[in-house]
Amino acid sequence: MPALLTVRDLAVRFGDRVVLEAVNFELAAGEILAVVGPNGSGKTVLLKALLGLIPSTGKIEWAAGTRAGYVPQKIVPDRGLPLRVREVLEAKARFARLPAAEIGVVCETVGLGPELLEAVAGLLSGGQFQKVLIAFALLGHPNIILFDEPTASLDELSEERIYDLLPRLQTESGMTVILVSHDLSVVFRHATKVLCLSRGITCSGPPKEVLTPATLEALYSAPSKYYVHHEEHRRR
Amino acid sequence: MSPGELYALALALLFAVAAGLVGSFALSKRMLLASDVLSHLALPGLGLALLLHWNPLAGGAATLLLGTLLVWNLEQRTGLAADVAIGVVFAAALALGAVITPREDLLEALFGRFEPLSAASFAAGAIAVAAILVFLYRFRDALVLSLLSPELAASSGVNLGRLELYFLLIFSLTIMVGLRFMGALLASALVILPAATGRRFADSLSRFLVASSVASVLAVAAGFFASRRLFPRLGLGPAIVLVSALLFVASLAAGGRYRMES
Repeated sequence: MPALLTVRDLAVRFGDRVVLEAVNFELAAGEILAVVGPNGSGKTVLLKALLGLIPSTGKIEWAAGTRAGYVPQKIVPDRGLPLRVREVLEAKARFARLPAAEIGVVCETVGLGPELLEAVAGLLSGGQFQKVLIAFALLGHPNIILFDEPTASLDELSEERIYDLLPRLQTESGMTVILVSHDLSVVFRHATKVLCLSRGITCSGPPKEVLTPATLEALYSAPSKYYVHHEEHRRR
Repeated sequence: MSPGELYALALALLFAVAAGLVGSFALSKRMLLASDVLSHLALPGLGLALLLHWNPLAGGAATLLLGTLLVWNLEQRTGLAADVAIGVVFAAALALGAVITPREDLLEALFGRFEPLSAASFAAGAIAVAAILVFLYRFRDALVLSLLSPELAASSGVNLGRLELYFLLIFSLTIMVGLRFMGALLASALVILPAATGRRFADSLSRFLVASSVASVLAVAAGFFASRRLFPRLGLGPAIVLVSALLFVASLAAGGRYRMES
């Protein structure tokens, strides 16, 4: 199968701090890629770089006609903003020149009821707003969706729902998924491929091959290269 | 009223609509005060033009445009928040304007004056208002997305830097239309006050836009009436601003249904 996404020697630097380095992987259509790694290993940065939201070096090659949907990790909308959920989704639909009926379809998919649709976006709870973000990302028929810790602010019930959604998206619409997750049981259950990011250690492959006790140990307990970097700077 | 005065009043009302709409977005972007200060950038140009006997409006427009581009540039390059960038440019502009403007003209430059308009001046102003409305209509979706989250807007394909520039330019254009009768200090008041009032009655963006425009048009109409008929010594600009402020106070007393939260 031709690759939907090819990443070669991807690196991201903020000033002289190296956040990502030598990231290489390929993704075929229909795969679910889980990105794992400890805090600060650059998982969110990777998603943003893939979407072109921050500058990076190396090669990021999307197959022609790829449409990406993005569910960011944490957005706190301004509580003083008089903006209803419906107005947000309508704005995106119009901006992307989609028929208005699409809004109903994505609301159905994520279980976003009419009462949420008419609510002011800034006054929603974290979990409710996350649903809105997922609906927002699904608008416009993306063929790949990038989830950054999709369940960070959900209660367990909604969490179940989101993880039910992942395989459904994959089987029903052949969607490719990139998923940042801390929850290894989720990764084992749903991912077809794993990318580990940790202080210079990168590995990728099927979960059962990659996530052995030995690699997990190395991944989560390796001494922080960047921290050391920082210290050296200070000493100078 | 002479035809010239009718033209002037009509343009003032058109300005009110544009100011209410632009103000709603500026308030949502939390850049009301920042944009207020932006209007003072007109003063040095106004003063210089008065000094050299050029068209004061053209002079004001020139420095306003220059200042707007400078502010945008500062913001993009240094990553400073809009209010910091504007604050720096503004202080210098106001001082420079006060020094340049001939003393006998200073009051008018700062607070405006009601004067009859020629048909051509009215047409120019009306075209400017039309441009503002077209811009807001065309970019309303991009603006809404950027209000929700700049990051989501960018991932949906909105060019944020360009949008910010356009919005600042449209804001400046609004100020230019109001400059003649509201003056450099007060022109932006009609962008700020009606939006603050409208916000009290809005729980959606569409209602917000309508409420702000209505408050703005009311203020201009009532301010015009007050300065012409009731208190002839009261200038038009200050009268409009006072009515706007009263409307806001009334909205507080009426206990606007939707609380401002921050």
